[in-house]
Amino acid sequence: MATLMKFTRLALRNLFSKPVTKDYPAVPREYPERTRGSIQINIEDCIFCGSCQRKCPSGAITVDRNARTWSIDRMGCVQCENCKNGCPKHCLTTDVHYSEPDFTKRVDTYTGPAPAAKPEAPAKPKFTPEQIEEMKKAAAAAKKAAEENS
Amino acid sequence: MSTRTIVPFGPQHPVLPEPIHLDLVLEDEKVVDAVPKIGYIHRGLEKLVEKRDFNDYVYVIERTCGICSFMHGMGYVEAVERIFDAEIPDRAKYLRTIWAEMSRIHSHLLWLGLLADGFGFEALFYQCWRMRERVLDMFEESTGGRVIFSVNKIGGVLKDMPADMLARFVNNFNEMEKELRELTNVFLTDFSVETRLRGVGILTRDEAIDLGAAGPMMRASDIAIDTRKLGYAAYEDIDFDIITSKDCDSYARCEVRIGEIFQSIDIIRQAVSKIPDTEISIQIKGNPNGEAFARMEQPRGEAIYYVRGNGTKFLERARVRTPTFTNLTPMLKTLKGADLADVPLLVLTIDPCISCTER
Ligand code: SF4
Ligand code: SF4
Repeated sequence: MATLMKFTRLALRNLFSKPVTKDYPAVPREYPERTRGSIQINIEDCIFCGSCQRKCPSGAITVDRNARTWSIDRMGCVQCENCKNGCPKHCLTTDVHYSEPDFTKRVDTYTGPAPAAKPEAPAKPKFTPEQIEEMKKAAAAAKKAAEENS
Repeated sequence: MSTRTIVPFGPQHPVLPEPIHLDLVLEDEKVVDAVPKIGYIHRGLEKLVEKRDFNDYVYVIERTCGICSFMHGMGYVEAVERIFDAEIPDRAKYLRTIWAEMSRIHSHLLWLGLLADGFGFEALFYQCWRMRERVLDMFEESTGGRVIFSVNKIGGVLKDMPADMLARFVNNFNEMEKELRELTNVFLTDFSVETRLRGVGILTRDEAIDLGAAGPMMRASDIAIDTRKLGYAAYEDIDFDIITSKDCDSYARCEVRIGEIFQSIDIIRQAVSKIPDTEISIQIKGNPNGEAFARMEQPRGEAIYYVRGNGTKFLERARVRTPTFTNLTPMLKTLKGADLADVPLLVLTIDPCISCTER
């Protein structure tokens, strides 16, 4: 009989204690700071180098340098943070919240701001025609001198 | 002679979280033969090594299994580190040890829960998984993941555990230890549990050697082999005894695993008290050229990792020999002569992880 009672104490205690499960979603879950929920990008800082795309083991990221877009397949991403660890501009971060469930495989695309227009520098030739003429003369003279010496 | 019947078992079966199929040849209620069939969950993870940078492959290989994911990552990185002959910082070794032991605790608790579920003790099952949840919470806090941890890298680990976190974890484990004593006592002394486990599925010492059993399955047959004694990670500095049992039955396997939970808690305590304050990773330059083996003691037994590099960033081969694979033959042995009603329990006692087996 004593052996049968082994679990009874535990069971009784369990019966009169609060449930261990949380009242989700009424009480939202608090995530620890390190939780790898979803990858977020600060698109302003991205230089579209494509390092994250090459590093992603599941091939979830597509970077288009010309269109200046960075897209992530939310369902393909496995939250390994490899892209984040390798990003030269540190523009990727991890959010503790998971990406929302969806009926389709969602691809989030972020478009970077248009590149700051480079100041249009006037096409300035390096040397003036006179300088070039002088240089040619000097070169010819040097050549002649070298031939005479030999 | 009584007539023979073939009863298919699996791949979908209430007791099996993972797909394996057995053709059970029955004579009345007794199993006279069992023919296994696997291959339902092959994903080709080993082949992927040819297409992924060897650094990024860590994240692939740890997805071999959802329970010993940490140790799969660790086995692979240790094997690659051996090609480079790299000595990783001590703190990284200790952190790996702590995480590995936490994996063992949560794996064994999961198994205890499944076992309780297998013999129909639902309340016990929930109690085990309630305890396991606390370990998962600690994992989430320290690594950011509950199942897949992604903290290993070639040359060390990616995340550190600060001293206050370690102290808190040790505290948690001390609290858990008390509750676990009470809980595991039910497994070890409850009358109804004993009737289901005692003398069921005997695997003698000689059979265990001949059939190549691994891990707790082997140690329950009184063979004291534990790969941790080889001294990978920080196990060289840790003092622990190999837990064995002489009974060779399902009860012994349960007993060994319960013993290992408490042993793991003790190893974590030792590791936390000895952890040095160094870097957690080093830079490893170049590509691996050569081959190396690493052997790890996973919760289910010894796993072997083999990697071969050819000087490029893609490895030629990565191979994992998982413990469940070697434990399948001893399992078939224990099935022969068993009652049909005991089959689910016996399949469970090897702690099958079919995803590992098929990769
Ligand atoms: S690695 Fe960073 S900077 Fe480069 S494309 Fe990706 S997000 Fe942008
Ligand atoms: S977290 Fe991992 S899987 Fe997700 S996008 Fe980054 S590299 Fe890819």
